[in-house]
Amino acid sequence: MMRIKWKQVSRHAAMIVFSLVMIYPVIWWIGASLKSNAELSSPNIFPAVPQWSNFTKGWNSVPGYSFTHFYLNTFTLEIAVLVATLISCTLVAFGFGRLDFPLKKFWFSLLMVTLMLPGQVLIIPQYAMFHQMGWVNTYLPFIIPHLLAGGAGGTFFVFLLIQFVRGIPKELDESAKIDGCSWFGIFWRIVLPLTKPAVVTVMIFCFLWNWDDFLGHLLYINSVDKYTVGLALRMINDSQAGQEWGQLLAMSLVSIMPATVIFMLLQKYFVEGIATTGIKG
Amino acid sequence: MKRFLSRWDAPVAGYLFIAPWLIGFLWLTAYPMLLSLYYSFTDYTLMESIDWVGFKNYIKMFTNDAKFVQSVKVTFLYVLASVPLKLVAALFVAVILNKAVKGISAYRTAIYFPSLIGGSIAVSLLWSNMFGVDGFFNKLLDLVGIQGIGWITNPGTALGSLILLNTWQFGSAMVIFLAGLKQIPKDLYEASSVDGASRWTQFRSITLPMLSPTLYFNLIMGVISAFQMFTSAFVITRGGPMNSTYVYALYLYEQAFNRYQLGYASALAWVMLIMIVVVTALISGSSKYWVFYETDMGGKK
Repeated sequence: MMRIKWKQVSRHAAMIVFSLVMIYPVIWWIGASLKSNAELSSPNIFPAVPQWSNFTKGWNSVPGYSFTHFYLNTFTLEIAVLVATLISCTLVAFGFGRLDFPLKKFWFSLLMVTLMLPGQVLIIPQYAMFHQMGWVNTYLPFIIPHLLAGGAGGTFFVFLLIQFVRGIPKELDESAKIDGCSWFGIFWRIVLPLTKPAVVTVMIFCFLWNWDDFLGHLLYINSVDKYTVGLALRMINDSQAGQEWGQLLAMSLVSIMPATVIFMLLQKYFVEGIATTGIKG
Repeated sequence: MKRFLSRWDAPVAGYLFIAPWLIGFLWLTAYPMLLSLYYSFTDYTLMESIDWVGFKNYIKMFTNDAKFVQSVKVTFLYVLASVPLKLVAALFVAVILNKAVKGISAYRTAIYFPSLIGGSIAVSLLWSNMFGVDGFFNKLLDLVGIQGIGWITNPGTALGSLILLNTWQFGSAMVIFLAGLKQIPKDLYEASSVDGASRWTQFRSITLPMLSPTLYFNLIMGVISAFQMFTSAFVITRGGPMNSTYVYALYLYEQAFNRYQLGYASALAWVMLIMIVVVTALISGSSKYWVFYETDMGGKK
């Protein structure tokens, strides 16, 4: 008995050490965001005198704008993209998962192929297309593709939802059809409510991936007025050449808060979503 | 009559439902693919007319472009080092975590957290500070009396630093491994411990084969994403020092959006696609020798 207990203890000890190693940079980050420049490189985690002004100064460190502006931009973009994704991906998933139509297998296999397609092959021609349409420096290159079940992660979300929709018993459709329900009615009243867990997973990852879609923002948004938080961070980094690291780290820390809060609130969905679908965070 | 209607009805309804994807696929995937294939045979700069140049871009790439060669080298180094490191870390922790049941969600949170925030520019900024000459890592080494170096300013260690950053984000691979471990029937372990099998034997002859489909999935996904590595090289090292972190996606980005050589960059993109296809085909070709599905062993399913 004693031996088994020791095994438990050592295993937990190993896990605690491991967790601390993983989280240590983040702890250091929190401390560093409160440090003065002179103190920044000290290995001490916590600053001698916390510089709360890093946050207030950092918030206003872009001339003419505050981070409130960049956060509003980012959230506007996020909400538009989320709504577009939800509408398009659930409809398409219902079509593929529920209905039979000619060439369905063919289209589905093309969908699978695009899942593996590296984004780099598409960015140049898409950029050229959107450029010609005058969409550069608007949010349209993000919203319109998501409205068409594409964009960052779009195809993956469709695939995930199809798998889920297939798992819902088809008998439900049959009885609804006898009751005179249209296909849209079946989608709206029966399948969509039952798809909720998958929809939550999709929303979480859609939010995160678009929040972190640095390359996309970099390409299509070029006026400071329309900058997202990520672009604002990069701008401070470039313009100050690391002179105000405390402020920069403070703002970086704030920028991961939305993801962190969502993760804390929806941890269960998160882990299940990754485990069952293979989504990478 | 009713049967006829419903049979006729479903195809139309089906196409209506998948219309968003279908339009998106044709307009934003298939057409751009063809367009970029066409661009790759041209001198296209977004401003001037498009001139057909045949295979010139491809020939130049393979015969007269040191930066291309360098970026391929760096990318393969990165893929070869970071993918296995990440997989080993993920598997190791998943196996431990699979047993330590109490408090698992707290451990999982701590281990997954870096993966959650890892792709963001914020973390790239954090790491570029921590790896600086006066940064956190060197101060830590100072404490034990080791003279630090500029990790990201030294050509010998810069890529290693980025690989370390990537390895730190093994959390999602780990969660997938955990899910795979849960699928392994417990009685296999019980039967083998009755036979006196050691821990290591159990791991090699039960866990690894049963987990091989999961390993295969993680490997393919890891390779594909490692080939496309961009943000940390762009933000932390900008490809330097001395092009030691000049990854392929960065070269492609610079050709396309700094120099507006869209034709040449399109050719680069197609070569990247071919490299990824070849590597994943090699992996999946090899999979029949090392990936076991339950049906192979006469099990159910």
